[in-house]
Amino acid sequence: MPEGVLEIDAISKRYGEVVALRDMSFDVHAGELFGFVGSNGAGKTTTMRIALGVLAADSGEVRWNGRTVDLDTRRRIGYMPEERGLYPRMRVLDQLVYLAELHGMSTNEAHTSAENWIARLGLRDRRTDEVQRLSLGNQQRVQLAAALVHEPDVLVLDEPFSGLDPVAVDVMSQVLREKASSGVPVVFSSHQLDLVERLCDRVGIVSAGSMVASGTVDELRSGGESRLVVESPTTDWAATLDGVRVIEKNGTRCVLELASGVDDQSVLHAALAAGPVYEFSRQRPTLTELFRNVVTTEARST
Amino acid sequence: MTSARAVSLVARREFVTKVRTRSFLIGTAVIIAVLAGYVVLQSVLFDDQQRSVVGLSGQATQLADPLREKAKSFGIEVETRDVTTVDSAERQVRDGSLDALVTGAPPALKMIVKGSGDEVLTTVLNDVLRQQVLVAQLAEAGITPQQVAQNLANVNVDVTALEPVDPQRGQRLAIGLIVAALLYYSLLVYGTMVAQGVVEEKSSRVVEILLATVRPWQLLLGKVIGLGAVGLLQLLVISMVGLGLSSAFDVIDVGALGATALLTGVLWYLLGFFLYATVFAAAASLVSRQEELQSVLTPISMTIIVAFVAGINLMIGSPSGTTVTVLSLLPPFAPILMPGRMAMGVATTWQVLLAIALALAAIAAITWLGGKVYANAVLRTGARVKLREALKV
Repeated sequence: MPEGVLEIDAISKRYGEVVALRDMSFDVHAGELFGFVGSNGAGKTTTMRIALGVLAADSGEVRWNGRTVDLDTRRRIGYMPEERGLYPRMRVLDQLVYLAELHGMSTNEAHTSAENWIARLGLRDRRTDEVQRLSLGNQQRVQLAAALVHEPDVLVLDEPFSGLDPVAVDVMSQVLREKASSGVPVVFSSHQLDLVERLCDRVGIVSAGSMVASGTVDELRSGGESRLVVESPTTDWAATLDGVRVIEKNGTRCVLELASGVDDQSVLHAALAAGPVYEFSRQRPTLTELFRNVVTTEARST
Repeated sequence: MTSARAVSLVARREFVTKVRTRSFLIGTAVIIAVLAGYVVLQSVLFDDQQRSVVGLSGQATQLADPLREKAKSFGIEVETRDVTTVDSAERQVRDGSLDALVTGAPPALKMIVKGSGDEVLTTVLNDVLRQQVLVAQLAEAGITPQQVAQNLANVNVDVTALEPVDPQRGQRLAIGLIVAALLYYSLLVYGTMVAQGVVEEKSSRVVEILLATVRPWQLLLGKVIGLGAVGLLQLLVISMVGLGLSSAFDVIDVGALGATALLTGVLWYLLGFFLYATVFAAAASLVSRQEELQSVLTPISMTIIVAFVAGINLMIGSPSGTTVTVLSLLPPFAPILMPGRMAMGVATTWQVLLAIALALAAIAAITWLGGKVYANAVLRTGARVKLREALKV
């Protein structure tokens, strides 16, 4: 596949007085797993619906390989909506074949692909059952198969992990990883931040309709203010340094917060000058802490 | 993928899924069973009323042929049986396997019946007897009875009808009513089915996946075509079975009349279905749950019901009256009333063509408007969408 890039470029959307999206921008490259996080109502679902053409944006553009996405390119996207939806009284196999055909496959290809995904997702025994007779977990698997059955060039999944048991979470993670390594850009939203941190190549944090931070998990964690954990008998020296703040003190251990631009090595020298140092390490925030931080700062500033 | 492929995929799914359901199979079977039962009942009642079995004994047996012929001219059917012993024949009259027993030789004939006896049969028998006596006396007088009979046959009153009555009027009315009833049933049932399909997609949220790959108008058109085809299939099966049974049991002499009625019925079914199905679909797209469906469908169903009930009454009363003629031209009523009037043979060519033209114009307008409402409302879940909002943009 040539350079596969999905670009979301400056999309805005309002519902009457309510601004749902304000200049939302990000891009996802071939072979990349992009995690989309943000609190409820931040605009994740709206962004995905606009990318799929289910909603129209007020302004901005969605591009695939540099071209504006139209109905034909949209057919090449695999989509799992937040509100799960399948025909309740249609059999699993018929349903998947139908969706594959609607996405442009021939009847034969559709059958082969449907059977293939049914087998891969462990639904072989239920293939002729009506969807409404399946357990919720199995319905989720059919939903995933519905997003994958036409072998899409791009995957857009809204909360694919919600409501899954741990085994299904593993299956889902594995499938997404595989899809990404086969060169398909994968975007998914999730509230399970530990999962996003573990699985994704890049993460975007959304707040109040805009992308407030995006990058690899490492980049996000090392950016901004950094923290140091220092253990030494005395900690009074720290208060005298510029751009350093003691935010936690526990016996001989303390946590220091460094403003950006402050060299941690000069902090170490200052500490050694004051006395012995038993521990000196960088403390990096988890994605959850970053997220909380970003969302609360945004909330304060708006 | 072309639009035609998308529409045909949607239509095929609707058709296959619906035809496979138990409700469709059972529904069709029940309608056919009711129809067959009605036809058989009609033909049995018809047979019972019009057929008498008469036993003839001794010299009376020579009356068999003239009796059968005379009976036919009175519009009844008589089956004659020669009996040997009067006693056993009397027993058969008593138990009802013979309607009458005729004994003796003309002119002294005796008729034995169980109760009061059939008046028409008595008249027929009297006529036959008188003719026999007349022939015998003419022969005695030296006049050739055949000559007299021929002269008599040539004497007739010359009747001039100011308003000729169509001899097939009763049959035409029956066929007209049946066509109107079938169209009423099909439009209501299959229109509602389109509405239920729209709400099913909306309430199960599958519509969001579908609309990521097909356009709203393709989904709507495919659904209307698919379910319309199911309705057409059922209409054809019912009509064919109905026509076949009617011919087999001689209930109504269908022939060319039935075939024409079937063709106009199919034409008006298609016009009516495209007109109403889009309205049903647009109305259904305003709500998100099956429970709310009834409230938005009632105005549409009421229009169809009023067209049928009022139309049927007016049609029986005076099929070419001004009210019924005007109503049968208007698009909302035409699909039920016009085919009925056509089957009755009271619709003129210009009326039929005008009604078809108006219906086509209405379909174009309704499809445009309904498609817009559907596209705007089908993704909005939750509270009922107001019609005014759905018409915006």
